[in-house]
Amino acid sequence: MTELFDIFLRAILIENLALSFFLGMCTFLAVSKEVRTTIGLGIAVIVVETISVPLNNLIYVFFLKPGALSWAGLPDLNMSYLGLISYISVIAAMVQILEMFLKKFAPPLYASLGIFLPLLTVNCAILGASLFMVQRDYTFIESTVYGFGVGTGWAIAIVALAGLREKMRYSEAPGGLEGLGLTFITVGIMSLAFLGISGIEL
Amino acid sequence: MTIRSTLFGPVFEDNPVLLQVLGVCSALAITNSLYTSLIMGVSLTAVCTFSNGVISALRHIIPSSLRIIIQMTVIATGVVVVDQVLQAFAPDAARTLSVFIGLIVTNCIVLGRAEAFAAKNSVGMSLLDGIGNGLGYTAVLVAVGTIRELFGAGTLLGVTIWPTATDGGLFVPNQLMLLPPSAFFIIGFFIWGLRAWKREQMEAPEYNEVKVRPEQQPDLVGKNAS
Repeated sequence: MTELFDIFLRAILIENLALSFFLGMCTFLAVSKEVRTTIGLGIAVIVVETISVPLNNLIYVFFLKPGALSWAGLPDLNMSYLGLISYISVIAAMVQILEMFLKKFAPPLYASLGIFLPLLTVNCAILGASLFMVQRDYTFIESTVYGFGVGTGWAIAIVALAGLREKMRYSEAPGGLEGLGLTFITVGIMSLAFLGISGIEL
Repeated sequence: MTIRSTLFGPVFEDNPVLLQVLGVCSALAITNSLYTSLIMGVSLTAVCTFSNGVISALRHIIPSSLRIIIQMTVIATGVVVVDQVLQAFAPDAARTLSVFIGLIVTNCIVLGRAEAFAAKNSVGMSLLDGIGNGLGYTAVLVAVGTIRELFGAGTLLGVTIWPTATDGGLFVPNQLMLLPPSAFFIIGFFIWGLRAWKREQMEAPEYNEVKVRPEQQPDLVGKNAS
């Protein structure tokens, strides 16, 4: 149990996908103008991560891992080079299902997420979580917790950034720095702050 | 649309990283040395050129409702090939870059160009566009990688340029440059510089300053008097 909590906390704070590994940056920088939108996006990311990481874990363990196909009588087969294509297909399918689900049951959230929902497919935070899961050899339960943790960490980071940007909206920046440049520097400072947390040993 | 503008436009005029904010993730995460930056730039250029070419060749066959999935599959195929080649011929680099080669699949530059350019243009132009955008990306990566490695360790491609103080030289390395956040500051300043140079790339402010000139103010005093 402590190990699971360890994975969860590590995924949120120490190995925060957005601020320590810089994954999902395109969306992170582009959509972080309003807190309201980012909360919806954050929830969508948590949901997709929590489902896609364990699903990819099953695919890896039962199909792709070296020797994983021994149940089909093919113990020598190593299909791990097909990993990328399988993971991205699972994620694309997941996002498509989530999109249809939201359209039917939560139209306001669907409308506010707009184009960014299909773009979750190409959000590197989501594929990255699956790749880290494979690299670290998580079990099914661990990968569920990990998926939920990284999703939460990413959501917290983007909501925090949106809060900062809302506060800074009326501050006077030098001409060329306004907007994107200033956002980059803000995220740099946030990421420095998160480096401080990374000193914690769990 | 000329060959020249397709090939070199993305480097300065319409840089994918600095202007369109695409593919930032890897530009930040792996630029702490020039070598990894170069490998990453070359890999992305290869994948982008390959996927642009294939998607452009298939553009009349792909049904529009399925195009994203097909584009993703084509891109993922290209990335798997690059990944296997790197693991075979540059295992050190493959280990340093770990998941980031795999993440080229979700690099928005590749999908963005496939969607915005290759799906509408001829194969030759699409190949050039792929190379051009790869070059624009590589240029930013190499610039950031050079700054970070030079100021962070005093070396370039592993060759000592400035001997550090610990080795009897005069240069004290700036450890911050080796830490990931420095990439944010460097790219932030790049954007500032580029926009100061090319003013038309500046963003419109999010609010409009309302200036009230004294003579336009309503004459409240006069009205009250009458």
